[in-house]
Amino acid sequence: MDICSMTALELGKRIRQRELSAVEAAEACLARIEAVEPVINGFVTIDAEGALARAREVQKGIDDGIFTGPLAGVPVAVKDNLCTKGVLTTCGSKMLGNFRPTFSAEAVRNLEKAGAVVIGKTNMDEFAMGSTTETSYYGATKNPWDPGHVPGGSSGGSCAAVAANECPFALGSDTGGSIRQPSSFCGVIGIKPTYGTVSRYGLVAYGSSLDQVGPVARSVSDCAAVLEAIASHDKKDSTSIRREDDDFTGALVDEVKGMRIGIPKDYFGEGLDREVKDQILHAVNVLEEKGALVEEFDLSLVQYAIPAYYVIASAEASSNLSRFDGVKYGYRAENYDGLHNMYKMTRSEGFGAEVKRRIMLGSFVLSSGYYDAYYLKALRTKALIKRAFDSAFARFDIIVAPAAPTTAPELGKSLIDPLKMYLGDIYTVSVNLAGLPGITVPVGQDAKGLPVGMQLIGDCFAENKIIRAAYAFEQTRKYEAPGLCSDRIDAAAGESFDREGGR
Amino acid sequence: MANKISDETIEYVGILAKLELSCEEKENAKSDMEKMLDYIDTLNELDTAGIKPMSHVFPVNNVFREDIVRDGDGSADALANAPLAKDQGFKVPKTIG
Repeated sequence: MDICSMTALELGKRIRQRELSAVEAAEACLARIEAVEPVINGFVTIDAEGALARAREVQKGIDDGIFTGPLAGVPVAVKDNLCTKGVLTTCGSKMLGNFRPTFSAEAVRNLEKAGAVVIGKTNMDEFAMGSTTETSYYGATKNPWDPGHVPGGSSGGSCAAVAANECPFALGSDTGGSIRQPSSFCGVIGIKPTYGTVSRYGLVAYGSSLDQVGPVARSVSDCAAVLEAIASHDKKDSTSIRREDDDFTGALVDEVKGMRIGIPKDYFGEGLDREVKDQILHAVNVLEEKGALVEEFDLSLVQYAIPAYYVIASAEASSNLSRFDGVKYGYRAENYDGLHNMYKMTRSEGFGAEVKRRIMLGSFVLSSGYYDAYYLKALRTKALIKRAFDSAFARFDIIVAPAAPTTAPELGKSLIDPLKMYLGDIYTVSVNLAGLPGITVPVGQDAKGLPVGMQLIGDCFAENKIIRAAYAFEQTRKYEAPGLCSDRIDAAAGESFDREGGR
Repeated sequence: MANKISDETIEYVGILAKLELSCEEKENAKSDMEKMLDYIDTLNELDTAGIKPMSHVFPVNNVFREDIVRDGDGSADALANAPLAKDQGFKVPKTIG
């Protein structure tokens, strides 16, 4: 079996059994990256040298019995808003084009403690603001299923890299759907954990009350194992939660008998693509046949989640991104007149259009005279949304929803109308507002051959239920790689080879 | 279109956001913000009287710890990414005239 198409756990097992070395695993991923990156552009930074050095070190650790866990020696790609010591961390922005953190994010450190090997940093919408990875300063990432389409976002690079077999798993971050939506578009599995489960230390903040780090992989088991490795209580993050129930791999059980599944009617009405709807309801049937108890219900307040989300996320972003002023790190404008103008010029030149749009909206809703009407109103709405979920979870174990209203849109079609793009977040943002865990699993494809993902939502701290349901479904449907598109990728790689004059 | 953003408001937002906007950017920002605020105004359909604003889903408390000196970022590390540094400090344009 090809190293690059193995899951993280398979690869880790072979490394532990000395069938493969950590160095061979890293080399295989790096070769694959070199072959497909001209088409996919899933990475901002490929740290070949660092990865190979680290792989040698980890292999020694494995040989010496220091690393014994399931992820020892397994390559991983990390979203570019997670700090990696000494390795560029750009957040997809010109603003941080030269930023090399002097420390690593806690989630990355946890992976390193487990013996994983970071091979590079994945592309993303600038500061995680976007749903297509097209707002990146470093060019759009392409969907491995069809390079004419977006991979989703903002963790589009992580999801595309995993789907294209450039790495067995990756870390992403999810503020309003940024792991679950691109996982759906790329046909991979991604988890947004309960808020507070994974430390945000070293995650460059976008909407602090909503941001969570999570895994992206090609199997539910991989995601559970990675989540187990990265979840930790961290004193450096005051919102980090000490969880006793972090045995996520214990939930990998093929059994959903008696599980109560709620189908929010409001999520399956107008605006949802017919094919996406059919694929998801088909998957729900599969779970029902396995013994789950399925019932429709009214979740309510669905239409208020997006406006509340954009007020809260933009408000927090305007505050969080005030640190980028050209003084301590990152870009500084070349021409300016005095200190104040330096701040302004630096930010105006360093940020892209979408980031500016959200900073301005956020500054406005927090400004005197509008704070109550917009910001506090949104926080009150959030309280009501949380209440709606609380009453839903009094009746159901999990909620099934789409991850997005459509499959991946074509490149270049989304940024023209930002409001329309925001509306695509309808099924994901309320999960962040309520702090809930969610997982996306691939359930099929549309007529164009683009993946459809199903989102399973759990109550706070009920990751085990969504993991169990996702795993049970996965047993009925083998993971499908964009294999048919491997020819397409190779062909497109050839094209790009010609076009760029032998790159 | 209920919301109308005036030139003064955009100017003010530019000051708050510390952004220098070109004329074109200002015009775009005005229409973008008007559209967004019209959309956000749908929240007014909701009766939220008596609902406490929820900033965090879980109670967020101050996390206290003992005040113990640790080896934090040394000055070399802290300055490693500085666009300009001088004498163990961040160098910026003159701040007081």
